[in-house]
Amino acid sequence: MLELKHLSKSYVAGTPVLADISVGIPAQGITAIIGASGTGKSTLIRCINRLVEPTQGEILFDGTDMARVSGKTLRHARRHIGMVFQEYNLVERLTVMENLLCGRLGYVSPWRAWRRKFPPEDVRRAYELLDLVGLAGFANQRADALSGGQRQRVGIARAVMQEPRLLLADEPTSSLDPKTSVEIMELMAGIARTRGIPVLVNMHDVLLAKRFADRVLGMAAGRIVFDGPPDQLDDAMLKTIYGGEDWLH
Amino acid sequence: MTTAPAAPDDPFRGSPWPRIAAVALAIYVVYACAQLEVSWERLQSGLGNAAHFFSRLFPPNFSRSDLLIKGLTESLEIAILASTLGIVLALPLGLAAARNLMPAWLSWPARFVIVAARSLHPVIVAILFVKAVGFGALAGILALTVASIGFIGKLFTEAIEEISDKQVEAIRATGAPFVSVLAYGVLPQVFSRFIGFATYQLDSNLRNSTMVGIVGAGGIGGTLFAAFQRFDYDYVCAILISIIALIMAGEVFATAIRAIFIENATFADLFRRGDALRHVRHTEDD
Repeated sequence: MLELKHLSKSYVAGTPVLADISVGIPAQGITAIIGASGTGKSTLIRCINRLVEPTQGEILFDGTDMARVSGKTLRHARRHIGMVFQEYNLVERLTVMENLLCGRLGYVSPWRAWRRKFPPEDVRRAYELLDLVGLAGFANQRADALSGGQRQRVGIARAVMQEPRLLLADEPTSSLDPKTSVEIMELMAGIARTRGIPVLVNMHDVLLAKRFADRVLGMAAGRIVFDGPPDQLDDAMLKTIYGGEDWLH
Repeated sequence: MTTAPAAPDDPFRGSPWPRIAAVALAIYVVYACAQLEVSWERLQSGLGNAAHFFSRLFPPNFSRSDLLIKGLTESLEIAILASTLGIVLALPLGLAAARNLMPAWLSWPARFVIVAARSLHPVIVAILFVKAVGFGALAGILALTVASIGFIGKLFTEAIEEISDKQVEAIRATGAPFVSVLAYGVLPQVFSRFIGFATYQLDSNLRNSTMVGIVGAGGIGGTLFAAFQRFDYDYVCAILISIIALIMAGEVFATAIRAIFIENATFADLFRRGDALRHVRHTEDD
């Protein structure tokens, strides 16, 4: 499904943020990436859909090397990768419905999109998804009128509107309270399961990762130092990932 | 026991330069007055003349109203045509000049055009166009179009350069083509400010359109200038009152546009909520 081979990224030459990462993501289930701040989790996720340019290596997504494509090929590949952001990244001044339909912009011509002439099928699906994420009746509200949890629900719905073959989530719950965080993870996990979309999610909340992930990748200093099911994630391993041990007790 | 650090001699010791600069300014003001022969006697004789002039302004004489209305109508047409043309041209130019979205080979030439359009005062540009295309409204329209491009283009570029990258990033991540990224990720973020700039420019063009006539570029300014030269001060007064009325009407119109676009007010709301319309004023004074 997704195969990273010797992926490296340096923002400044000589100080790699990602150092020779090789890992495969299966076509099913939730893979959580945990690790301290600044270990390259976000960079890793963003390299996959090329919001960040990788320095070296291959990113094979459905057989296409994402690191090599550009222009139209890149845009077409991005259509199949949905993304959920830490700060939701909704277009604040557009309505909830318009934000959802942003997920179809890769499929609709700019001229039609400008005139808001989306295919009726897209609009029907948008209403269905709004219902699914618990925001029925919010279609005409402006995004900046919503609470954090509601915004993230719109963010998830926008990503699912793309009918993605892979869902990336960059710290999707880090700006939310603990209860809302669990609700958002449940929503995302539910959608991933029922629609068979694999999810690659960054998080720094270890308990949340253990609870929802089928597989956990632990990152430290730009490398993957742990790769296994969540129940193998013991204190010794957490110490390796995050360093120190006082915080564990 | 530790000793407290020794107190410095003067806790408010500052640089002597502000004081030196103030003295230098005072000396220059006196020198400049002497150079320009501004004296108390000159001021007194000027004020006496001013009193005579103002007494001749009243009562205003509206008897030649056909000429007055023709001039005002032409000014209004110049202002609206120049604003429309200026906005239409400034939109793509301002977008092209935004360095966060466009490559340097496009943004630098666009910035150069905008700076060039801003660098000369509208009256000077109007004189140039009168020489180029001849007397009349066309020269005024072109002059104010150039001014509009300079003003709206610059502010629009700045507004685009200040947008949140996150919203743009999210649209790019969906695989949207560049034009759709602009339409969905960029324009919604700058639209209300753009309306602010555009209505402010309309206001400004309305004022300037009453003036370009002085150099022969059409509008009420020509009539005003002729009345001054014939010492028809009561007619001058009528023209000035009419210009003030026109500008005020324009101000009301601009406020209505801003309210409708920026605050989603309905037309009826405009007459209801004075306080609600006050808070959005993004534009800079020029």
